[in-house]
Amino acid sequence: MTEEIIIAGFGGQGVLSMGKILAYSGMMQNKEVSWFPSYGPEMRGGTANVTVIISDERISSPILNKFDTAIILNQQSMDKFEDSVKPGGVLIYDPNGIVRHPVRKDINVYTIDAADEAARLGLKKVFNMLVLGAFLKLKPLIEPEYMLKGLEKSLPLRHHNTIPENEKAIERGKAIVKLEHLMN
Amino acid sequence: MKDIRLMKGNEAIAEGVIRSGCDGYFGYPITPQSEVLEYLMATKTKERTGMITLQAESEIASIHMVYGGAACGKRVMTSSSSPGISLMQEGISFLAGTELPCLLLNVVRGGPGLGTIQPSQSDYFQAVKGGGHGDYKMIVLAPASVQEMYDFAKLGFDLAFKHRIQVMVLSDGAIGQMMEKVELDEQIPRLTDAEIKQKYPWATTGKTPDRERNIITSLDLNPVKQEIININLQKKFKHIEETEVRFERIMCDDAEYLFVAYGSSARICQKAVLLGRARGIKVGLLRPITLFPYPSKELAKLAKQVKGMLSVEMSAGQMVEDVRLSVNGAVPVEHYGRLGGIMPAPDEVLNVLESKFIKEKNYELHTN
Repeated sequence: MTEEIIIAGFGGQGVLSMGKILAYSGMMQNKEVSWFPSYGPEMRGGTANVTVIISDERISSPILNKFDTAIILNQQSMDKFEDSVKPGGVLIYDPNGIVRHPVRKDINVYTIDAADEAARLGLKKVFNMLVLGAFLKLKPLIEPEYMLKGLEKSLPLRHHNTIPENEKAIERGKAIVKLEHLMN
Repeated sequence: MKDIRLMKGNEAIAEGVIRSGCDGYFGYPITPQSEVLEYLMATKTKERTGMITLQAESEIASIHMVYGGAACGKRVMTSSSSPGISLMQEGISFLAGTELPCLLLNVVRGGPGLGTIQPSQSDYFQAVKGGGHGDYKMIVLAPASVQEMYDFAKLGFDLAFKHRIQVMVLSDGAIGQMMEKVELDEQIPRLTDAEIKQKYPWATTGKTPDRERNIITSLDLNPVKQEIININLQKKFKHIEETEVRFERIMCDDAEYLFVAYGSSARICQKAVLLGRARGIKVGLLRPITLFPYPSKELAKLAKQVKGMLSVEMSAGQMVEDVRLSVNGAVPVEHYGRLGGIMPAPDEVLNVLESKFIKEKNYELHTN
């Protein structure tokens, strides 16, 4: 099993930390993992993206241009990464703020209303965990117990009190992910 | 249980130097390697092992603090990225002239000038051919994973002291910024002053009645003596070329075509090898781990086996010169590189290999 994932959105949406939690959880489950961020001008505002690979085998290239799953959280990233999903792959996106929806018919497309749900819950910070839940529903690579270990490892101690609400958000994300269309 | 962590390359080498008994780090922040200094500061090295971590006022100050520390027989280092390493070249030449051991880290970004903060491999010539003045070489290690960033801290210090030479870890923005699994070793204690005195009799540890004064200088105005100093330096480099070559062979045994790549380019080519094998192309990868000394003999051997070599580097073609020198015309050697902080994709480099050696050859057969 090798899962190659791109997560892309605005800086500040928790893109890099979502990738880190995913990678850490994979590592706790004894998988090979890599996490490669865009660290350039993106970090200073604008778009941010991270490539995460989770595999049973030694990872060859942490730098990729084709992905099994793309998790897309803004329009710029949709424009940039829709074409980089492998045929038969998965695209998950939050339709909030998206004006040009994905057009490809050879991939499986899902939506997650994470921004709306986070606002409804009054917990802006769990936005990325809702998205992560949607991913884990579609690609159940990580067991919940390792997800918890990943959260514990990647969040600083002073934020450990937020772990229960992060876990709940992951479960909520699993529940509210919606199928847009399956590949032809 | 083993201590396994998910770390950035920059954090891993910082942890690596602490655990290999480093006495002092002197550096100045620059993207994409600022995490080295940040990590050392945050982990409070002074309290952990007594290691000094100091943010100097500039790169030029940093390298001369390394010069001072190394003269005392201490395990010292600095790190920077391309423009900062350029500033250090005078100091590096002085370290070479005085044969002082130290560890230098260059997390390369695109140039020339301030260039970009994105990954690049365009400092190969500077690291391998000698960026400062005079006839000198450094041992240059090229990590291709976060684990190697960690491992090369200890290896780097060990080689530096074994040969009294400067060791440069030539990394790049991608290896520095990405996170992977790292397995950590036990802490190696720092040497005491008495141990340094005993192990490194050349060090300026204070004169005692039983020996002559130790003087560390690169200046000797007598050309006869200066030539002897230079000849001895060259003997040392020769000895290193004979004993310290390191490389990794990936699917080379039955290879008909060969990628030659180091650092993050080697990771990209590793994937390209798998993609190529899936397309039925017998392709392998030779990954130099030491860039000086270069695995020339291994490439010369492979030149008898393969039909073509493609040097893949994020530069306009620097390492390719060493590949060509190694094979000495025995086999066609081509270069492929992206510039300015762009990283090639695995299928991109495979397509280049196919078009340069395989499709082109068919085309020639047709026209003949």
